[in-house]
Amino acid sequence: MSNTNNVAERSAKETQSLVQASLARRYRAERRFRAYGLAAVLAGIGFVVFLFGTIFSQGLSVFQQSYVKLTIQYDSETIDPSGARNPDDLVTADYQALIRAALRERFPTVEGRPNLRELYALVSSAASIELQRRVVEDPTVIGQRETLWLLADDTVDMLLKDKVSRTAAEDERRLSDQQIGWIDELVREDRLALRFNRAFFSNGDSRDPEQAGVRGALIGSALTLLITLLLSFPIGVGAAVYLEEFAPCNRITDIIEVNINNLAAVPSIVFGLLGLAMFIGVFGLPRSAPLVGGFVLTLLTLPTIIIASRAALKAVPPSIREAALGMGASRLQMVGHHVLPLAMPGMLTGAIIGMARALGESAPLLMIGMVAFIVEVPAGVVDPATALPVQVFLWSDLPERGFVERTSGAIIVLLGFLLVMNATAVVLRNKFEKRW
Amino acid sequence: MSPSILFVLIVALSVLAFQVGKARSIAVAGGLRGIRDLHSLPGHYGLLTAIWCGLPALLVFLVWLSMQEAVILRLVLSHMPAETQTLPQAQLALVLNDLRNLVAGNIRPDMVAPATRAAAAEYLQLQAIAQLSLAVLVLVVGVAGLLLVRAKIRPDLRARNAYERVIEWALFGCSAVAVFTTLGIVLSIVFEAVRFFNIVPVTEFVFGTNWSPQMAIRADQVGSSGAFGAVPLFVGTLLISFIAMIVAVPIGLFSAIYLAEYAPLGLRKIVKPLLEVLAGVPTVVYGFFAVTTVGPALRVAGESLGLPVAGESALAAGLVMGIMIIPFVSSLADDMITAVPQSLRDGAYALGATRSETIRQVVLRAALPGIVGGVLLAISRAIGETMIVVMAAGLSANMTANPLEAVTTVTVQIVTLLVGDQEFDSPKTLAAFALGLVLFLVTLLLNVIALYVVRKYREQYE
Repeated sequence: MSNTNNVAERSAKETQSLVQASLARRYRAERRFRAYGLAAVLAGIGFVVFLFGTIFSQGLSVFQQSYVKLTIQYDSETIDPSGARNPDDLVTADYQALIRAALRERFPTVEGRPNLRELYALVSSAASIELQRRVVEDPTVIGQRETLWLLADDTVDMLLKDKVSRTAAEDERRLSDQQIGWIDELVREDRLALRFNRAFFSNGDSRDPEQAGVRGALIGSALTLLITLLLSFPIGVGAAVYLEEFAPCNRITDIIEVNINNLAAVPSIVFGLLGLAMFIGVFGLPRSAPLVGGFVLTLLTLPTIIIASRAALKAVPPSIREAALGMGASRLQMVGHHVLPLAMPGMLTGAIIGMARALGESAPLLMIGMVAFIVEVPAGVVDPATALPVQVFLWSDLPERGFVERTSGAIIVLLGFLLVMNATAVVLRNKFEKRW
Repeated sequence: MSPSILFVLIVALSVLAFQVGKARSIAVAGGLRGIRDLHSLPGHYGLLTAIWCGLPALLVFLVWLSMQEAVILRLVLSHMPAETQTLPQAQLALVLNDLRNLVAGNIRPDMVAPATRAAAAEYLQLQAIAQLSLAVLVLVVGVAGLLLVRAKIRPDLRARNAYERVIEWALFGCSAVAVFTTLGIVLSIVFEAVRFFNIVPVTEFVFGTNWSPQMAIRADQVGSSGAFGAVPLFVGTLLISFIAMIVAVPIGLFSAIYLAEYAPLGLRKIVKPLLEVLAGVPTVVYGFFAVTTVGPALRVAGESLGLPVAGESALAAGLVMGIMIIPFVSSLADDMITAVPQSLRDGAYALGATRSETIRQVVLRAALPGIVGGVLLAISRAIGETMIVVMAAGLSANMTANPLEAVTTVTVQIVTLLVGDQEFDSPKTLAAFALGLVLFLVTLLLNVIALYVVRKYREQYE
């Protein structure tokens, strides 16, 4: 008896010493494991910070743009030699000449063709369009002098924003030493400065970075999303109501449910293929149109909205349904009068999140041709258009330094909209979420 | 009468029908006092009337509009000169294009041939006739529906049941859209893919190792239809997805473990949404990030180590895609870890296990099927991801396992083959659909497996 006791005691002691001996190692392993976890979390947050930091540091400067202050003489000989003020003549007049004259007036010592060409290159070609607009709007300015802030060329803009090097060898820069000298002179005189960039929000696409804006893409996105919302919200809610409240338990219902779950994970580009083959190939709808984009994004967001709406319907307690049915309501009245209003905030949240996803989507839009270079702002749902994320894609491909800034700027606008949408969804959920 | 006005008219007629039906039901009941004798509320009679008035009219309207243009074009074409009708397909399309532009007022009449001008005049005339007859037809159908239901309204007409049945069918129709979408995807892709496989044998597509899809400029240029061996694309896709998973799985899994098991509640509440921000960022943003920041940085790093890094390396695309996928892995893993019952952890602690030992040997093992399902979903996501690879991966179909070289993927090729104006029947465009079919099937398979595994796992602890 005592013998076995001894053995047990000894083995217990052995175990204890074994455990003691290994404790330090095990605690080290514990700390290491915990450190891995923390490192992973920090890495994740680091990526978020780095991503947003890069985009914002590259793109925030887009909201300012270089303008040059010039005193323009609206020379009637150049604009309208006949003096008839014929609107067609006013439109086609050589406004570039006015700007050239103003530049020569400011720098009278510059002579010779190559030098003058370098001088003229400081001002954007969009500046003459601005002058044309002013003259056509109000022909009485002809013959007068006016001091204006005119858009500078994107090379000047990049220099002012310190995005290009001043010290690189001259033939590796797009601005010569002479031009930089003029720019510095203008800056000293406060004739060249960064001002709020209105053109970025009021212009369509352009090949010149300083003129390119996001308005066309924004309107295109808005039209596309409008179609998407109008179609996907009613259909999504209808489908969710059917599946939660009416569907009998049978094979067809099963098939529908499995289908929705699988559709939610189909790559978005496949929806683009569907849109190309079906809507454009079979039904003959126009290419590049927000209408087709809206159709494709509807199919893409439907699963998201259906799944969110079903969750919202599930959250409504059965007692509400039983009470309504007990009072003699029909199933449809029970759903329409009681369940739907209670589930609506959840459904709206789902819809907003679905719309946010649709806003960021670009691959299916590439497939249906919403990827063309389009200068005009679209006026309707069948006009050729592009969308904000596609605009980002298009600009990111262009080699000019100015477009890197534009791309980041468009991304900031896009992220801003996504932030607003998601914040609305969160607020909606927090405000109306009920715990039964 | 333009279609939009007609549409407004249909809506107005339905509103009128609602009022008529409602008034009729009150009248047959013998005034407001008799309403109790009606089977349904007066509004239900109104709704039933409105549905039978508006729905058939709308149906006629939509069917007519969808066919109108094709029918008119065919009629106009049959009246055009014989030599126009016998033109080859491509030139005929040009004539029709002129015709459409002339009708829409995009070009001046003197810019096209006289025959086209005459055809355009006929087109306009036919269009006017068609719109007028459509208006008449739609209104007749609408009014007929209205009158028919109105005549049927009696106190014992079960208006509510009839109306609700229609609504229920409509709701069923909404949920059937999902099935039709799948059907549409399968049909459109399979149809085009089969046409592709008629030109290029399936075996060459699946096992061929040479990918250079040249556009055939003329139909008789057989030689320039290029090589369509898709293996390099599959290799490239797998390489980039593999790199993405190497980034995403450890970071996603470890951050899920830390947030679920170690982090205090306050920290978890802040960090979890922060990580999920990564899932909400549009993929073009990641693509831009890969091109302008990660790619150049990798090249500089490679140069300093003496390694040649391609401008559009698989590594850059894979790394950035991995960052994008982190939140998918972490939130799914988080769900699975929190679903493991506390009793299992308590049992392990009682036996003297440390926290990390509990997690590694108990929690993770219990959650493993769910985590595997989540990883499968993430892989399917990586394979189907488009924008990042379109922007950051290359176009050259290299068959390599070296992440520093440029590779191309299935999605990149689909985009490159289909962006821009193309004929629908060249093997080049059809190849995109064949690739789409492969993509669809592979992601579908991964999803079905993943959903099955996850569901099985959830049932285990419920």
